[in-house]
Amino acid sequence: MIKIEKLVKRFNGAPVLDGIDLEIEQGEIIVVIGPSGTGKSTLLRCLNFLERPDAGHLTLGDLDVDVTRATRADILEARRRTAFVFQNYALFANKTALENIAEGLIVVNRWPKVKAHARAREILERIGLADKADAYPASLSGGQQQRVGIGRAMAAQAEIILFDEPTSSLDPEWVEEVLGLMKQLASERQTMLVVTHEMGFAQDVADRVVFMDSGHIVEQGPPARLFREPRDPRTRDFLRKVLANQVDPLAT
Amino acid sequence: MNVLDVDYMVGLVPVLIRYLPLTLAMAVAGMALALVLACGLAVIRVLRIPGLNGATLLFISFFRGTPLLVQLFLFYYGLPQVLAFLTQINGVTATIMGLTLHFSAYMAESIRAAIVGVDRSQTEAALSIGMTNGQLMRRIVLPQATRVAVPTLMNYFIDMIKATSLAFTLGVTELMGATQKEAAGSFLYFEAFITVAIIYWLIVEGLAWFQRRLETRLNEAYRR
Repeated sequence: MIKIEKLVKRFNGAPVLDGIDLEIEQGEIIVVIGPSGTGKSTLLRCLNFLERPDAGHLTLGDLDVDVTRATRADILEARRRTAFVFQNYALFANKTALENIAEGLIVVNRWPKVKAHARAREILERIGLADKADAYPASLSGGQQQRVGIGRAMAAQAEIILFDEPTSSLDPEWVEEVLGLMKQLASERQTMLVVTHEMGFAQDVADRVVFMDSGHIVEQGPPARLFREPRDPRTRDFLRKVLANQVDPLAT
Repeated sequence: MNVLDVDYMVGLVPVLIRYLPLTLAMAVAGMALALVLACGLAVIRVLRIPGLNGATLLFISFFRGTPLLVQLFLFYYGLPQVLAFLTQINGVTATIMGLTLHFSAYMAESIRAAIVGVDRSQTEAALSIGMTNGQLMRRIVLPQATRVAVPTLMNYFIDMIKATSLAFTLGVTELMGATQKEAAGSFLYFEAFITVAIIYWLIVEGLAWFQRRLETRLNEAYRR
């Protein structure tokens, strides 16, 4: 289980996260939505200490840490319990698809290379890129790169995978294959926290949708309820703007 | 004016080649030491290690800002006067020392630029899976920075091979010193120096050929 309590992050004194409380059950799929600049990405980045939070308490499985007193060892432990999928994929350019996935197992978990590569091949199989094992990121399409990015996160066997706008940099033609892989993971009950503007994905896959605005969680609930009957005027306002731009091609 | 004495030039080549190992040894030793020192200086600059950062800036400023010949004379003639244990310093040691310090100052800056040039998001990705800073540097950043730095570092190596000729001013008989002695004996200055020029030129061309092959290999991962 993951528990975030009173999490605060300031940039130059201005609070970007202003006391976030969130609990995530094992196997739960949570989608975070909200206007840009409201701290959604910062929340994800604080969970694995890519940003150092200014206050709050984090429980990640059996790791319990007061963020202001987190030691280097705590931070490494927190990172091992949270895997990250980046908007711009951030694959290691000097490593093949296979090596990108195996890297953490070899370096962080200290697996023998043969074992790590065997696991990486299994993962490539699952993400449908078995034939691209020896391809370098520069020769992969955006969609393929992001699937390797997800594969790298899967290899970490973390408590939770954090997705930071995983389809926002993709050309439209690649979005479906990435969302498809995420749906597959969700059906396997991989715990996920996803920041995205893909409302269709939130609707179909999320157990719970969280709406954030100005560093606060404004409201949260099952997607059916939150999309149909948003309670807060800010949620209503946001959904009206976003849904107006998303045309459902199957709607009659 | 006589025509070029080609027979003399051909005969001179095997005489001069005997001094080539010393020239190359000084260049290789200087390059190896300079690379190690430059990597250290570059990492200090990138991480802005307090205290060391200022010292590094001063070091780079001095060794880039003064002529190599002045530095060589300083080490060979000057330092033994103030540091007694250096009275035994020979010309070869002083040359390697000078080449190392002088070129490391230049190389540190190009290595630093190459490190900074590695896409920042890959650093975040490495940290996010729990790598330490050391692992991140060794496995992700430095291999990519190497590819960027190799062309300029090879340039410095070429420069260094030629700069070993300054050792002759410290009384070392290397390629240039040997040529000077031969020319003084035969009075065929033009032939002698043209011959040594061609020898230097061929070494550098051989190196350039090697550099092209190395770059092709290093670029393999980045071809689309």
